[in-house]
Amino acid sequence: MSIRLNNIAKHFGNTQALEPINLDIHEGELVGLLGPSGSGKTTLLRIIAGLENADRTAQPGQILFGDRDVTNVHVRDRRIGFVFQHYALFRHMSVYDNVAFGLTVLSRKRRPSSGEIRARVFRLLEMVKLEHLADRYPAQLSGGQQQRVSLARALAVEPEVLLLDEPFGALDAKVRQELRRWLRHLHDELNFTSVFVTHDQEEALELSDRVVVMSNGRIEQIDTPDELYRTPKNRFVFEFLGDVNHLEGKVSNGVLTCGDAYWHVDLPDGHEELLLRPHEVRLTEQPTSESHLPVTITAISPVGAEVRVELEADWLAQPWLATVRHTDFEHLALRRGQRLFAHPRHWRRFPKVTEKTTEQTRVA
Amino acid sequence: MSQLATWRTGSTRVLPGFGLSMGISVLFISLVLLLPITGLFGQLAELSLAEYFAIITEGRVVASYMVTIGAAAVAALVNAIFGLLLAWVLVRYEFPGKRLLDALMDLPFALPTAVAGITLATLYAGSGWMGGLLEPLGFQVAYTWVGIALAMAFTSIPFVVRTVQPVLEDLPAEVDEAAMSLGATDGVAFRRVILPHIWPALVTGTGLAFVRSLGEFGAIIFIAGNMPYETEITALMIFVKLQEYDYAGASAIASVVLFVSLALLLAINIWQGRFVRRLHGGKG
Amino acid sequence: MRRIGDAPLIRRLLIATALVLSALFLLLPLVAIFAQAFSQGVMVFWTNVSNTFTLHAIGLTLMIALLTIPVCLVFGVALAWLVTRFSFPGRRILQTLIDIPFAVSPVVAGLIYLLLYGRNGWIGSWLDTYDIQLMFAWPGILMVTIFVTCPFVARELIPLMQAQGSREEEAAVTLGASGWTTFRRVTLPNIRWALLYGVILTNARAVGEFGAVSVVSGAIRGQTNTLPLHLEQLYQDYNAVGAFACAALLALIALLTLAAKAGLEWRASRREAFA
Repeated sequence: MSIRLNNIAKHFGNTQALEPINLDIHEGELVGLLGPSGSGKTTLLRIIAGLENADRTAQPGQILFGDRDVTNVHVRDRRIGFVFQHYALFRHMSVYDNVAFGLTVLSRKRRPSSGEIRARVFRLLEMVKLEHLADRYPAQLSGGQQQRVSLARALAVEPEVLLLDEPFGALDAKVRQELRRWLRHLHDELNFTSVFVTHDQEEALELSDRVVVMSNGRIEQIDTPDELYRTPKNRFVFEFLGDVNHLEGKVSNGVLTCGDAYWHVDLPDGHEELLLRPHEVRLTEQPTSESHLPVTITAISPVGAEVRVELEADWLAQPWLATVRHTDFEHLALRRGQRLFAHPRHWRRFPKVTEKTTEQTRVA
Repeated sequence: MSQLATWRTGSTRVLPGFGLSMGISVLFISLVLLLPITGLFGQLAELSLAEYFAIITEGRVVASYMVTIGAAAVAALVNAIFGLLLAWVLVRYEFPGKRLLDALMDLPFALPTAVAGITLATLYAGSGWMGGLLEPLGFQVAYTWVGIALAMAFTSIPFVVRTVQPVLEDLPAEVDEAAMSLGATDGVAFRRVILPHIWPALVTGTGLAFVRSLGEFGAIIFIAGNMPYETEITALMIFVKLQEYDYAGASAIASVVLFVSLALLLAINIWQGRFVRRLHGGKG
Repeated sequence: MRRIGDAPLIRRLLIATALVLSALFLLLPLVAIFAQAFSQGVMVFWTNVSNTFTLHAIGLTLMIALLTIPVCLVFGVALAWLVTRFSFPGRRILQTLIDIPFAVSPVVAGLIYLLLYGRNGWIGSWLDTYDIQLMFAWPGILMVTIFVTCPFVARELIPLMQAQGSREEEAAVTLGASGWTTFRRVTLPNIRWALLYGVILTNARAVGEFGAVSVVSGAIRGQTNTLPLHLEQLYQDYNAVGAFACAALLALIALLTLAAKAGLEWRASRREAFA
């Protein structure tokens, strides 16, 4: 079931939570809505679900599920599955009764027989690997288990659209990782259309077919994770998707100067701010004729496949972060307090005035 | 006291005042709450078992049990519905006068029972504002068991409202939304999701209202009419026996009332504990 | 936001029903009290209130309330401190025991005191040999009033002190504060509003207690008649205006109690909003 939003806007009192938004989600897609808190991502999800109404303005917005106009359809009739951040399980019902709820409230005509309900609930519980806990109450389950029950409950009514509001937000890192992989697997297997909200860029990039990046009630960019990371449309997207180092200074005659640091760069004269990712910083013991960016190591932390190094210098307003491979780390014999030279491998600039389409990237 | 001191557990060990607060509490509870009850048993000991049963099963006394229990049950039932409605309206909706309505809920607790008694009696007597309206229609409230139930309902309505209100407030919006997203209509969602959630509080509140009604005296005697076998409540029976200096008779009936109310109080506590355990964890 | 029962029709219907029923059931009696009290003008009301026996009843009632409050305060604070700051066997039993006065019929409460301290009771007969009579005198009234009102302060404090936990007191003790200083400087400021509300409830109940007091007082006009008892006598004597004049005074105290409660709650919600 595809989802199409036309001109959807939302005000809460005088504050505009969503500027008019258009969005197409294809059938079978898994889409992440990514943004900081207050970006309007949850509001957008709740409008798709029908838990919130879009503004009724002169040109009212429209929500289509496939060909069906659901703009004025009540949430209970939209045939969606909604998974809440804090699970919202019915505490007085057993796991089994929670999952069966959506089936047992169907009108008598459409309700399956009790045997069929039982079979379906157990199939779902098997799928979420909780069949042995069917008789437990929610309070007796861990957070991860509760979220799996909540997912099974949403899937029981065989929704065409599954909506998840920060589904893993309340869980610890390890469980979150596991559930993510498991959700992706489930999505591929059952092939429904899913939209989930997250503020965690790693989660959005790992899980989604496409990511919708939002800020201040606007859609900043819609792209595949790969495209998004490689070619961010503006500074917000670039900064939100990962750690960023800033290099700010004056360019004259092809040399950017900043305190005692300088660097040859092919840019017109004027004030410049260049952005680069931690992995785009190379560290050496000696400066080159092209670049002289002296830095001091203030912290070292090995994280997984690489080593994160924090760098400070007089000419830097904020410390830099560089990631180094373990072999390089050993080769350079890095230690805290060591003085080195940084070399940008690759950088971007987003002129501040017009944030759109003026992105430039260079390989240094 | 040194033995008491060893009972104190880890995190609170550093705080002072255990001996003093324990001393005051135990002394007070013993002297004020428990010691007087021994007086009742002392009086009862002067009765033989046969005498005791003769008193508590006498026709007029049994009739008073019936009146009291019947009226209290009706009052509790009415309050369960009315109290639920009030709690719901106060928690879920915004409307002008809401704060006043909320404050008004505590009136029956704050108003002395005798004041409530004479006011209700005056209002619902044939010459009163309500009685004048109702009696021509054939509803006699004052001096009937309906009046007794009315007075009981008046004095005990806050029990239901104030017990249900906080539980309803704690119910997150997400639970409503989950029920609706699963296709439940308002009626079904209320019956299957919201009602079970507030059920323990509703039963507790109704139970407390019932216990209170069983023992209520001041609010009832003015409107009851106090006709033997018809509109005489048990608390009044005790009072009447006392006026006749029949201490043994009063004690026997009082022991029944005391036993029933303490048993109900205990039952409510245990019942509530069972639900709390299920909703907030623990095995089984 | 859409929640269950938010459909406009249901909403309006439920609000209207609640308002109408509350007006009939709760507000109307309140109005009736004052209407009756002033039904023959302010002068008659005043004459009734300034009657010697009424004045004496008011005085006795206030005295009982004033004596009851400190006793309940000390007990309430001690019990709340005990059950929220320490854990020991029997803690739950103590908490259940203080509910007894709520469950016991006021008449039964009066009766058990009468049986124990009356001339036939084992303590009463012993006191009688020293010519001390507690029942049918003001000490008896005070004793049963304390029995009926003792749970209020503790019941207000326990949930609050449980929720607050003992971290702050522990911090004060580690900083070298003595027990009394800790209580006065740390605990008391945290619980003062609940304490005040407990006192207001205690006062309301102490002033208005009828059943228990009527058993032990003897209701001698000008001697052991509290305001509620006096009101009853006037009512039985077919002096309805006099009875309602007393009722109006008591209802006024009730209204002040409600106002105080609303004020304290408003204060608490405002503080939460700013926190």
